[in-house]
Amino acid sequence: MKYAFYPGCSLEVNAAAYDVSVRAVARVLGIELVELDDWNCCGATEYFSQDELTACAVIARNLALVEPSMDQLTAPCAACFLNLKKVDRLMAEHPELGGRINEALAAGGLHYDPGRVRVRHLLELIHTDVGEEAIKARVVRPLTGLRVAPYYGCQVVRPYKDVDDPEYPVKMDELFKWLGAEVVDYPVKSHCCGGHMTQISEPEAFELIRRLLQSAREYDTDVIACLCPMCQLNMDAYQSRVNGMFNTSFSIPVLYFTQLLGLALGLPEKELGFGKEIVPAGPVIRAKVAAC
Amino acid sequence: MSSTARARKHEWVDEVVAETPNGHRLRHCIQCGTCGGSCPNGAEMDYTPRAVFNLIVAGQKDKVLSSNTMWQCVSCYFCTARCPHQIPITDIMYTLKRMAIREGYGRGSDAPALAKAFTYYVDKYGRSFEMGLASRYHLLNRPLAAMKMGGMGFNMFKRGRMALSPSKIRQIDQLQAIIRRARQLGGAS
Amino acid sequence: MAERVGVYVCHCGSNIAGMVDCEAVARWAKENVSDVVVSRDYKFMCSSLGQAMIEEDIRKEGLTRVVVAACSPHLHEKTFRRACSNAGLNPYLMQMCNIREHVSWVAQDRDAATDKARSLVSASVARVRRQKPLEPMKVTVNPRTLVVGGGIAGLQATLELADAGYPVVLVERSPSIGGHMAQFDKTFPTLDCSACILTPKMSEAYQHENVTLYSYAELEEVSGSVGSFKVRIRKRARSVKEDLCTGCGACIEKCPRKVVDNDFEVGLGYRKAIYMPFPQAVPKIPVIDRENCTWFQRGKCRVCEKMCQPGAIDYDQQDEIIELDVGNIILATGWKLFDCSRLPQYGYGRLANVFTNMEFERLCNAAGPTGGRIVLRDGKTEPASVAIVHCVGSRDKNHNEHCSAVCCMAALKFGHLVLEKTGAEVYSFYIDMRTNQKMYEEFYCRLLEEGMHFIRGRVAEITDAARLPGEEGKLIIQCEDTLLGRQRRIPVDMVVLMGALEPQADAKELGLRCGISCSMAGWYTERHPKLDPVATMTDGVFVAGACQGAKDIPAAVAQGAAAAARVMGMITKGTVEIEPVTASIDEEGCSGCRICNNMCPYNAIEYDAGRNVSRVITALCKGCGTCVAACPAGVITGAHFNNEQIGAEIEGILWDAGAAAARAGAASGHAAAV
Repeated sequence: MKYAFYPGCSLEVNAAAYDVSVRAVARVLGIELVELDDWNCCGATEYFSQDELTACAVIARNLALVEPSMDQLTAPCAACFLNLKKVDRLMAEHPELGGRINEALAAGGLHYDPGRVRVRHLLELIHTDVGEEAIKARVVRPLTGLRVAPYYGCQVVRPYKDVDDPEYPVKMDELFKWLGAEVVDYPVKSHCCGGHMTQISEPEAFELIRRLLQSAREYDTDVIACLCPMCQLNMDAYQSRVNGMFNTSFSIPVLYFTQLLGLALGLPEKELGFGKEIVPAGPVIRAKVAAC
Repeated sequence: MSSTARARKHEWVDEVVAETPNGHRLRHCIQCGTCGGSCPNGAEMDYTPRAVFNLIVAGQKDKVLSSNTMWQCVSCYFCTARCPHQIPITDIMYTLKRMAIREGYGRGSDAPALAKAFTYYVDKYGRSFEMGLASRYHLLNRPLAAMKMGGMGFNMFKRGRMALSPSKIRQIDQLQAIIRRARQLGGAS
Repeated sequence: MAERVGVYVCHCGSNIAGMVDCEAVARWAKENVSDVVVSRDYKFMCSSLGQAMIEEDIRKEGLTRVVVAACSPHLHEKTFRRACSNAGLNPYLMQMCNIREHVSWVAQDRDAATDKARSLVSASVARVRRQKPLEPMKVTVNPRTLVVGGGIAGLQATLELADAGYPVVLVERSPSIGGHMAQFDKTFPTLDCSACILTPKMSEAYQHENVTLYSYAELEEVSGSVGSFKVRIRKRARSVKEDLCTGCGACIEKCPRKVVDNDFEVGLGYRKAIYMPFPQAVPKIPVIDRENCTWFQRGKCRVCEKMCQPGAIDYDQQDEIIELDVGNIILATGWKLFDCSRLPQYGYGRLANVFTNMEFERLCNAAGPTGGRIVLRDGKTEPASVAIVHCVGSRDKNHNEHCSAVCCMAALKFGHLVLEKTGAEVYSFYIDMRTNQKMYEEFYCRLLEEGMHFIRGRVAEITDAARLPGEEGKLIIQCEDTLLGRQRRIPVDMVVLMGALEPQADAKELGLRCGISCSMAGWYTERHPKLDPVATMTDGVFVAGACQGAKDIPAAVAQGAAAAARVMGMITKGTVEIEPVTASIDEEGCSGCRICNNMCPYNAIEYDAGRNVSRVITALCKGCGTCVAACPAGVITGAHFNNEQIGAEIEGILWDAGAAAARAGAASGHAAAV
């Protein structure tokens, strides 16, 4: 199982916990991730506000950089994943736009044939390609008793509906069941965390985050597992500010799903980026998961 | 196209449609309100997405581009996923953002400034740079808010989640050549 | 002796004349095509005047062949053939070419279009010279009709035919006739009790001397053609001897095995392993559900046998195959409900108090699982507020693009029942109010007066995640009130989803078995959407009711009656003409290789082992030409499409091939010289 790997800007520093846990977990599961050489930022949701063709071309450079011997590209960040998949699909479905994107790429000596690379999000890749049997076989430290609320956010499950159910996704739920955890079934698991709204208008942004934390608490969650650096940042780093604005007292740790997956696979906390979260996860992990 | 369709007089809605991939589906809007009902920020918008489409079709360009609707959009894609006519609503919001910036609207929101600051770093280094964003965007646009973020910023820095200097890709020249050519080719689809 | 050909070029108003110079084509034919003695163009050839023109020319000019250049033969071949036979000319000596769909409607350039029209006329003249007079075969129409589906449309068709004195075989898949109407409580707009108006028809059909009812049975195979179909019906084993059973119900009472009734009670109630779908079931004969019966699954019990005084229980009963001859088939197989869990944002299947429209019907029905009380899933609490959600799975490109036609009225009906039976507030969440038949708009007015609330906005989400005061413990409907232009959250106790009407899951397969097709949406394709909604492109097979498209009871009944009337027309006429465009095998040349036998899509070729030759069964042959092409010895001829005729037609098209080649040669030569 060999895939081209697009880490995305967040994984370098801000979401370093995601980065180390992804690589650690990939090693154990036998997934070879070959980092794209000299990849550039995907532009997140910001570049599309400036200029569509340029935004697409900036993203397409990464698709063009995937080595000819590889036909699958995986990204752990939801926004990166959506951008890469979107541009590949746009180029295929709108040849005129695709032609202009390639014209822009040509200025850099690059070219991309739409459809050549299949873009996949890491969660779906692990769920489908590694699968239940292989994962269950490798669980060394079942997450028994740990109440995990899988949080999908938006851009992995929408608008493309072929990754998981766009309203009520289940792949992360299933993954955590395989790891022995108690999966929290709560109603807002694919509702929006607000994305970049925290940078623009706090009242709206914090309200969106509050709704998620509120629901997680109502359903008695020990830890929220997410698959996107933006979601993790919003729910984790802004949790105290949300408390400040709404006079709430949330204290729910928010981890990347790969960190918990790594724990279950027997990897030690320090190899999985534990300690980088603002709301500390250590106490609940140590209380509920067998000797780390 | 049917041979009985006659050429219509060019209207603003045609521009919105042309600049959005699959934008033609906008003409199928039956004003059901699913988008307005689904939007997490729908209650905060001057006009719901549905109302915006009504305004676009009615040619009310000024009302649309000066509204806060597209700036409140968080790209959650609930609207797009649920629209019974599969209208690419979120992508239309991006089109409206671009049009608003191009034509000098959007002063009521900080979102254009954020987009500009973000893309500045992508263009310059090939990577995004949060500290840079913090200074260029926050300090320039909203210094008071920036101060409130001090505590959080410090926490992040303590945990090693804040880079102090930007990364730069090796072939930044290549990326910049691509960007220049894309800009030349005209941006809009 | 040379033929005398009449050519008629139709303008079709401006449909053809708008692109083709009809007058020029007619003139050209007279001047350039040999054997053409009369050549006219006219605005509407299919009109009485147009036809009269042909008839008069045949008589006065002694025409021996006719060519009509007009629209599609699908539309008017019959018309012009009839004109010919009226004037005493064999109708198969007429050839029609299509210069509307094939030329005018697809052309961009007048000159090119007129040229093509000339070629087609030339082709038709060349062909028609070689055509031979043919006589259609007359087939007697079997007066027995097969009706598939015992819902209201099928029942109507059955009763009309039976009352007219003709035998009907009614086949129904479930153990009882009645269809979905048997599940409803009241019907709009009159608020008649559904069972009260349905059951008399059910009894009548069952008791009628001209009706043979096969319930718990399915149509397995159809062969033959209009007037004489052979059908094979599989009567599934009820495990109960119908001639002995008195319908006393003792077996059901004592059966120890309870099963969730997913069919009639749509999962809200129970039935036994031996059951009748509902108390008024027709026939009143139970069925053993072998998959849930203790005896069939584990070899224990047999209580029903012990309880049955007449000794009607028969565990060894087998499916029965019934083969019949019928003259016509009416498909009235109805609809199935959209699976509302396909819209997870509405919470059906996850949030307890979200119901489907069919579930709600069962709640309201006095014979239903709650005795007619509108209560929540706990079976006892009455809701203080009910939301009715329109267009669930309808008008949605993600699921079904069509509008299901009945839900707006049914929603109003539900609103009325909630207001009548409970003290609850009731809200309708709609995109449009479609109340467009007789007394429907008045019904809407009635509900406005009764105090039902209407909010125009398609529901975005139904959730139990409370956010605002008053939402705790409720189901919250989140939508945009589009008339106010703002988002609203309305807390309610109970939600009713108006699920879409969809075609039956096996509609396509059944259709293929009968030789008819479905639209992309899955409804049966009618012969003409406006002018012929109950006939299909296959003679002798008709459709009626919701299987042709979502519709309400009045429309279904009307279609059932219409299909019956069409069938009656054929029966009273007594015979049907089979097109003589059929294949025939030259037995002298046939080597008995039998390749054609399996190629025939209509099973119309039989093999005579004694003489080692194959033979076409003319009555079944549809003239498709497959065997003609397949025969390696070339000894099969397709009447009216033989090699000579087709060859002549091709030559006719290429009438100016020589000139065109010369022109092309000159052009390239010229280019080379430069």
